[in-house]
Amino acid sequence: MAAGSTYTPLATQTLSSSAASVTFSSISGAYTDLVLICSTKDTRVNSGADDFQLQFNNDTASNYSMTYMQGDGSTATSSRNSNATVIAGIEPGFNDTYGTIIYNIQNYSNTTTYKTTLIRYNVVNAIVRATVGLWRNTAAITSVKVIGESGIASGSTFTLYGIAAA
Amino acid sequence: MLNSLIGIIASSGGAAATANSYESIATVSVSTATSTVTFSSIPSTYTHLQVRYIARSARTTDVGATMLTRFNSDTGNNYAYHILYGDGATPAAYNGSTTSVMRSFSVASSSSSNTQIYGVGVIDILDYANTNKYKTLRHLGGYDRNGSGELNLASGLWQSTTAISTITFTLNEATANYETNSKFALYGIKGA
Repeated sequence: MAAGSTYTPLATQTLSSSAASVTFSSISGAYTDLVLICSTKDTRVNSGADDFQLQFNNDTASNYSMTYMQGDGSTATSSRNSNATVIAGIEPGFNDTYGTIIYNIQNYSNTTTYKTTLIRYNVVNAIVRATVGLWRNTAAITSVKVIGESGIASGSTFTLYGIAAA
Repeated sequence: MLNSLIGIIASSGGAAATANSYESIATVSVSTATSTVTFSSIPSTYTHLQVRYIARSARTTDVGATMLTRFNSDTGNNYAYHILYGDGATPAAYNGSTTSVMRSFSVASSSSSNTQIYGVGVIDILDYANTNKYKTLRHLGGYDRNGSGELNLASGLWQSTTAISTITFTLNEATANYETNSKFALYGIKGA
């Protein structure tokens, strides 16, 4: 069996002021999977968590969809969006609390399959949720954009890793 | 040890491992449809294992296929599992005990009009080489097909203290195969 070190940090962005979105571009196709780890919150105060959204390769057409399940401490639910312009329904932290979002973008550089992403995140003291999102495109992913519906707060961190299979 | 734990957590909720502690061990790329994907002769030199995959089954009904996992080719009733499941409408939970396999729902079927959609998943197997513990796994997987989809969070138990040296993935549907372009990658995470 071959073996080789991987899980390589590719880039990190730390917001020194609020921003509408964060983009990783010119992503190398040298890896098998991407993992994007975010400690982040929106810019809203006392109004609940906002929606963070995901786009690939600057594609703003209705080529995205997603299915999720969540628990809020009393009720479990599951829902979906179809024919959307983003993979939506990803809630960050809010008020004083930064939430955690982990995106697993599998086989992002193959040009045969549509791209599917697993997303796990928590809104502290509110919900835990898992989402599977689809981008209906066979192009290799070269850019990843996280959009804050009402903005991404200062202090949010985003780190992109590449994992290469043997 | 800290790096190892962080590496496992990284797939679902924490920081990342350093590059030196996370190693690619082997990859199975399906070039011809097959009923079984196997990693064998897994060295015991790591602390944890992680499997990352994309997969599509040949199941002809329009729902995802059920992935079955076994360790060390043990077909005895030495397994248990729990599943939290969402299909975009109604969440549900399932379990099995004293079973011959660990189940999870996550592999996209091929019966839809678009065969370019694959299920994906990340499976963490902790302390796989420890001979004092039963072995457990955690599996987050799913697929979306723009109007349908499934997501599952599963745990599995293998009631054996033997070090895991073989992992086998099959499908519950007897006639289904893992289709071409399915890909399974096995990684090892070192402890300090």
